[in-house]
Amino acid sequence: MNRFAELLDRLSFEPSRNGKLRLMTDYFRRTEDPERGYALAALTGALAFRHAKPAAVRALIAERMDPALFAMSYDFVGDLSETVALLWGATGVVASRPAGSNHPPLTLSEIVETLSRAGRLDLGRLLASWLDSLDETGRWALLKLITGALRVGVSARLAKTAVAELGQVEPNDIEQVWHGIAPPYLPLFAWLEGRAEKPSSIDPAPFRPAMLAQPLDEKNFDDLDPRDFIGEWKWDGIRLQVSAGRDPSGARILRLFSRTGEETTGAFPDLADALGRIEADAFALDGELLVVRDGRVQPFGALQQRLNRKSVTAKLVSEFPLRLRAYDIIAEGDEDLRGAPFEERRNRLEAFVANSQSPALDISPLVRFDDWQTLAAARADPAAAGAGDDAAAVEGVMLKRRDSIYTPGRPTGPWFKWKRDPFNIDAVLMYAQRGHGKRSSFYSDYTFGVWRTSEAGEELVPVGKAYFGFTDEELAKIDRHVRAHTIEKFGPVRVVEHGLNAGLVFEIAFEGLNRSTRHKSGVAMRFPRIARIRWDKPAAEADRIETLEAMLPPT
Amino acid sequence: MTQKTGAADVLTVTANGLYCPAGDFHIDPARRVANALITHGHSDHARPGHQKVLATRQTLEIMRLRLGDHFADASQQIAYREPLAIGDARVTFFPAGHVLGSAQILIEANGRRVVVSGDYKRAHDPTCESFEPVRCDAFVTEATFGLPVFRHPPTSQEIGRLLQSMQLFPERAHVVGAYSLGKAQRMLALIAEAGWDRPVFIHGALDKITELYRSEGAPLCDTRKIAAADKKKLAGEIVLCPPSAISSDLWLRNFPEPRIGFASGWMRVRARARQRGVELPLVVSDHADWNELCATIADTGCSEVWVTHGAEDALVHWARMRGLAAKPLHLLGFGDEDEADAVQDAQETTS
Repeated sequence: MNRFAELLDRLSFEPSRNGKLRLMTDYFRRTEDPERGYALAALTGALAFRHAKPAAVRALIAERMDPALFAMSYDFVGDLSETVALLWGATGVVASRPAGSNHPPLTLSEIVETLSRAGRLDLGRLLASWLDSLDETGRWALLKLITGALRVGVSARLAKTAVAELGQVEPNDIEQVWHGIAPPYLPLFAWLEGRAEKPSSIDPAPFRPAMLAQPLDEKNFDDLDPRDFIGEWKWDGIRLQVSAGRDPSGARILRLFSRTGEETTGAFPDLADALGRIEADAFALDGELLVVRDGRVQPFGALQQRLNRKSVTAKLVSEFPLRLRAYDIIAEGDEDLRGAPFEERRNRLEAFVANSQSPALDISPLVRFDDWQTLAAARADPAAAGAGDDAAAVEGVMLKRRDSIYTPGRPTGPWFKWKRDPFNIDAVLMYAQRGHGKRSSFYSDYTFGVWRTSEAGEELVPVGKAYFGFTDEELAKIDRHVRAHTIEKFGPVRVVEHGLNAGLVFEIAFEGLNRSTRHKSGVAMRFPRIARIRWDKPAAEADRIETLEAMLPPT
Repeated sequence: MTQKTGAADVLTVTANGLYCPAGDFHIDPARRVANALITHGHSDHARPGHQKVLATRQTLEIMRLRLGDHFADASQQIAYREPLAIGDARVTFFPAGHVLGSAQILIEANGRRVVVSGDYKRAHDPTCESFEPVRCDAFVTEATFGLPVFRHPPTSQEIGRLLQSMQLFPERAHVVGAYSLGKAQRMLALIAEAGWDRPVFIHGALDKITELYRSEGAPLCDTRKIAAADKKKLAGEIVLCPPSAISSDLWLRNFPEPRIGFASGWMRVRARARQRGVELPLVVSDHADWNELCATIADTGCSEVWVTHGAEDALVHWARMRGLAAKPLHLLGFGDEDEADAVQDAQETTS
């Protein structure tokens, strides 16, 4: 466990991708089975402990210390596992019992194997005894591990790349065998070290690394020929890859993946189930996950209701029905289509979607254009250019070369995304709250408002919250402003001085505006972020609610 | 929670900070006053322009060095443990273990004993006299690290991590940020203590203070000033600089693959290290950690605690749970030297 904890600790401070790879490859080389296999499982998110939830960790510390001291500590540190790791053994935190260090050093394997057998009631006792025997780094690593949120800047893909380097194979070779093997991956390491053959099980539903688009610079148009490109809407949803096949017994295997290759099947069982009923034996589609209700794509906020849920209830499924809006087909039957030109793949996709007759699948329509002016007009007004009722969910247009093959990564040239210009308003900072994670201990979550006239006169009404769009230096400066201009504190929230004669103005950029009954202002912004900090602008000159109301889509 | 009797008989809080009416003096005042007692030389405690300053000899030396010869209209030095009558009060300075010359001040007036700690620590520091607990009725304490998540590990462990990193990355210059007054010199002494026998390369801003420490007999390792042209040659060497320099791309340029370290109590929290782009966080602090704060309050035997600055709320809460009268003072203008004072760094760099 010490070595694994040390690895996580060093990964968390290592800024460079290559540095992280070197640390991991070195760890896999120096560490024995099955320890390293469990480490790989942890890094790829393949371990899940049924009973070990953040609530269990919270309960453990709650039994041992004053709740107010805990709350203040957590507020400062901003990360539950780290807070508990740091608190363990402090004055005011009840010690379990003097550590009888007769035990051999704790191993990662012991933790994983013990937890997989343990019942819910054993968890607290086990955790406490392990925490007693570990140092601060060890406690932090243990708690990160069991709550399943390592957050050391390593994706599953990067961990697999590190393992691939061990055997000098390609990361895609690891992907190929990945779903046929399980922790602690003994056959994988045996193969990589030349002690055994490549694990034979071919995954019937593998992840295929996604192809990404680069942002379009409008200057690019001079060098591009509109006839070489096909246009599509850029949807304001979540990129999703569905990969389906059959196991040797003929049973359906279907998996959903994020664009980074994290499996998300469990989060969207309704969609997986519906897509699994498509008759074709094997296929892999690339598309956008959307909530479609009554034939209309819902705003991103609706999709957010489906994210990060512990359980997917029937109510959730019926209120937020999911659909995959496909824009590419990368495999069909035994055929790998990634080498075919996009135009040909598009024809295959149209046929596939038409044959599938699945209510959970549709095709992303093309945007027709002969010259860049027409495309620019479509981007500016998607509703008039064919997006119709779904125009509110369009965040721009995509341009794909007709001859582009499907290349993993973000190659320069074949695909471009051209986002719509965001909306901008000037608003006044009203409340600030401490951030979490990287920004803990800084006031980094800002609620801002615009002017309106009420019976009491001019007042600011909150219209949104933003927590990005500024540099670390700007954050430090805003943080100082918040601390120096706090007029009241409510728990973690500070009221920052705001009024006609005082206040800090933010230029807020956002992607769109919806009516909202939940907000006092009656409007809700999509993706608000801070475009500029207007240290120079008097608060009285910030925008008024009427300006926002004029931006609302017609009812 | 304020009591009719107790610390309030001896001290009040004015717009300028802590004030003792019986002796008509302020302690570490935030603005120009007639009579100032200064606990130590950090710029948030030792400000220029007072009419009369009373402090230890070393603190006066530091003020002269940092603020110039005319840092006050008049100054008077006082030795540790030697009582001095001022008006109807009697004051005695005791070592605070924070930096060279740092003191806590015992004030006896109206039949009460009140100790103002200034900044202090209990941990090992070869460069200044160790803190000694002073029995008192009321203890006025700092709380920079007044949350139970802050516990500073033994310094030997942190210096060990620096030296281990030197072995792992011999091709890289190890550039460690350390506050220019106190922390940097303590690092130099700790590095010497750990057996490092090569010179440590120091930023120009550290030069004068380091020489002052050396002339006061601090057991520092050998140091060299960094000339710009030499930066390229510092692979495998330790470089010490003020905290602002580790965020300066311009200054870091030309060091061979600089590995950025920072010696500060804040490094205990990962996000803090990452926010500053630190790869090698070293938890070395000149402030008391949570356990030291709690233990020191107990050691003084006080029945009342005032908390000047830092995480006041948590320490006040803890003291009240222990049955002590406690209140936060929310004094403005005090910070932690690692977080504030880029300005001071800049001034020293150019002076």
